[in-house]
Amino acid sequence: MDPFLIIELIKGKFPGEVTGQGSFASQSWAVLGKGRVADICRYLKEDPDIKMDYLIDVTAVDYMPRAPRFEVVYQLHSIKHGHRLRLKVPVEEKDATIQSVTSVWRTANWHERETYDMFGIEFTGHPELRRILMPDDWEGFPLRKDYPIEGPKWTFEPWPEG
Amino acid sequence: MGLIEGRFEDNIITTNVDWFINSARAASIWPMTFGLACCAIEMIHAYGAPQMDFDRFGVIPRATPRQSDLMIVAGTLTKKMAPVLRKVYDQMPEPRWVMAMGSCACTGNIYNTYSVVQGVDLIVPVDVFVPGCPPRPEALFYGMMQLQEKIKSGRYVRKPLPDIKETA
Repeated sequence: MDPFLIIELIKGKFPGEVTGQGSFASQSWAVLGKGRVADICRYLKEDPDIKMDYLIDVTAVDYMPRAPRFEVVYQLHSIKHGHRLRLKVPVEEKDATIQSVTSVWRTANWHERETYDMFGIEFTGHPELRRILMPDDWEGFPLRKDYPIEGPKWTFEPWPEG
Repeated sequence: MGLIEGRFEDNIITTNVDWFINSARAASIWPMTFGLACCAIEMIHAYGAPQMDFDRFGVIPRATPRQSDLMIVAGTLTKKMAPVLRKVYDQMPEPRWVMAMGSCACTGNIYNTYSVVQGVDLIVPVDVFVPGCPPRPEALFYGMMQLQEKIKSGRYVRKPLPDIKETA
């Protein structure tokens, strides 16, 4: 199915949730409000004509000076029909939370943990939201634009117990 | 072994005893392969392949730190991995040596970032640095020979030289 047809279906089913759309290099995307992301994703997965049964990736982008600072990006693919769609959800820095889609696709679990680890975006409803790449006691979120690239001063203590 | 370590003056007996011990150690370096990244693959085929054939030095790769004399740190060490590296080093029986293989293990290479340790000498004492990205097999070979030279120059039963605190 043409991705713009899918976007039209989302608009019909969830009026007011699609705030923008676009296409570049034959890749199409829809910009969504963050209120009903999980519902839209469940619809996209379970509708027999759309059937986005493969969540390729969940990640985020930091557009630092911009007003909604972050954008959570979902790459969807339908193995059955062979079409793809990208969902972008702007997220404010003050309220960096978004609904988890773990209940829709179980593979979102680690992707959301990685996004939390790197950008500090919290996914509400995630079963186990903790760091996945960095050490558990790490401070800060490394892929944010205001994070120093060389990181904080780090010293290794071979015997922490003393 | 601590009873005789560093207790005797230089004479013909102790010199020969040291020569014997050091030759034995230098001719049977069993490395523990701490492969972390692409250098690990280079290391494996460098000392496993017949061109170099490290077996003729008595270099036999071991899979456990308990049986090893040398730890070859091959690859990029991240800060998350650093405590593991230290723990594995602490599990090795003495005498033990460490070779940092590759630019990442030596200095962090281009990865001057938040997650990469800028050289494994921040974590463990390193005897031989083998730079290169990755080092050629000849470089690793040369590093192993340098380590043998270092081991052979060690003083075990003899008292340490006054200006050198630790040689082995």
